[in-house]
Amino acid sequence: MRQRPSAIALVMAGLVAIFLLLPLLAVVPISLTPARFLTMPTGELSLIHYRDLIDNPDWGQSILLSLRIGVVSSVIATTLALAFALGIWMFQPPLSALLVGFVLLPMIVPPVVSAMILYFFLTSLSQVSGAVGYDTWLGVTLAHVVMITPCAVVLILVALAQVDRRIDLAARGLGATVLQRAFKIVLPNIRFGVLTAALMAFVLSWEEIGVTLFVTSVNAITLPRMMWMGVHDNIDPAIAAISVVLIALTTIALVGRMMLQRHEPA
Amino acid sequence: MAAAAPFSRAEEEGPSVSLAPDHRTEWGRQATPRRASRWIGFCFIAPLLAFLALVYVIPFLGVAEWSVTLPKPGIGQYERLATDPLVLSVFLRTFRICAIVTFVSVTAAYAIAYVWVRGTLLQRRLTELCILIPFLISVLTRAFGWLALLSSRGLVNTWLQASGLIDSPLQLARNEFGVVLGMTHVLIPFAAFPLASAMRSVDERVLLAARGLGASRLRIFWRVFLPMTASGLIGAALIVFVFTLGFFVTPAILGGGRSIMVAELVYLRMFQSPDWGLGAAVSVVLVLIVGALMAALFRFARPAMIGGGR
Repeated sequence: MRQRPSAIALVMAGLVAIFLLLPLLAVVPISLTPARFLTMPTGELSLIHYRDLIDNPDWGQSILLSLRIGVVSSVIATTLALAFALGIWMFQPPLSALLVGFVLLPMIVPPVVSAMILYFFLTSLSQVSGAVGYDTWLGVTLAHVVMITPCAVVLILVALAQVDRRIDLAARGLGATVLQRAFKIVLPNIRFGVLTAALMAFVLSWEEIGVTLFVTSVNAITLPRMMWMGVHDNIDPAIAAISVVLIALTTIALVGRMMLQRHEPA
Repeated sequence: MAAAAPFSRAEEEGPSVSLAPDHRTEWGRQATPRRASRWIGFCFIAPLLAFLALVYVIPFLGVAEWSVTLPKPGIGQYERLATDPLVLSVFLRTFRICAIVTFVSVTAAYAIAYVWVRGTLLQRRLTELCILIPFLISVLTRAFGWLALLSSRGLVNTWLQASGLIDSPLQLARNEFGVVLGMTHVLIPFAAFPLASAMRSVDERVLLAARGLGASRLRIFWRVFLPMTASGLIGAALIVFVFTLGFFVTPAILGGGRSIMVAELVYLRMFQSPDWGLGAAVSVVLVLIVGALMAALFRFARPAMIGGGR
């Protein structure tokens, strides 16, 4: 018999919920203004800023670049994180906690410091090869891998924590090799965790701005970099239009996931 | 066949001769796979460690080197950090904003996490959406949303003017108020996750016992539930404080260059008025502060968590 939240608790949580949704709702009217500057629509509505997103090739290019960087960095980060987490879980090396703490560093160290570190790394790399260094898509991908891997490691370790160790022990006792254990026994049991990690890693790369701002200038303009120019340097209502699109996609994805969960037992 | 026959005979005879060879095969059989498995385990773990060492740790040493060599060798940049009034005022403002944001966002997150964990199915679903949708949306979009609300031609000012409450628009964004609102918005979900997990681990029977002993709802909350989630509160507060320290996009947009925080100072010193030595020195100091806070988290939150869990 669990006591449900009281009316006071519900009202307080409701206020917080409104606070959380308010700025997301506020961009909708702004995106419909016919004006070229940030203002509320007065009277007539217009889709001119949505039109901008299609007409201006810069938006399409930055979306494609962000997709490419997101997919490549998510695949690399998830692979590295999966191998690392499997190694920790299957072999339980000495100082496991320290090793995990070490790979989580980019998540704990302030983003601006990570940005500085990766700026240093990529400008140094530029002196060796222009193709992978500062302001290239491969350079941004490398930087994103650093920033998104800790999250993938955490999610995969959480998934592994729910696996029954005895199935791995049984496989080992029956003479399975390490690779057979990893791919045929452990991996099938954590596939949803790995998938979630890859998705989350993609989302983090897709919206990464703190580090991206430091390691790009004019060539590798990702979508957040493009939005930054539209928000920071001058306030462009086209940002409102792209924001509405992104908010709608996120909401649909989350509600869809919730509906799918409802059909599952438990 | 001719070669195989003596070999198989030797194997059959082996164990029967004495105990010694048997022991040897036992040792041999175990030692080889164990050494091999250690080596394979290393192959699993090593790539990520090597990658981070190369791309993250070594460059950090490079940044640390900048802080003592640019523009000239010495600890001049650190002396500036400790004496320059501009830098000190930025640090002071950062700590003030961090403290306010930490308090407000942890309190707000506690309220919403409470319903997220203990509400009815519908309440849980709705609060989960309210936490996860903003969490997954870019900080840029959210900062822009706050500008849409707070700027001089934004929603709030338009409505207030239309209703005749004010004559000229209020200055809501591009100042510290806007920064605090924007950062609180970003950090509530980050605080809600550890709080929710602390609340889930509260033993329902303890609450039932308190109820059975006649405690009022308020008393159960203050004297039982809140103390039992204290470790979650400490954890959430430290996470939020650490994250706020290094945040840079939200203050840069909502502060409008007026209320600069430490992270924005680094950005400006890197790209607008090049002073890489100072930027690097601030980075090193930030790492030290965060390291000290994390050490505090492990020192103080862990015993509390163990105590609270049992």
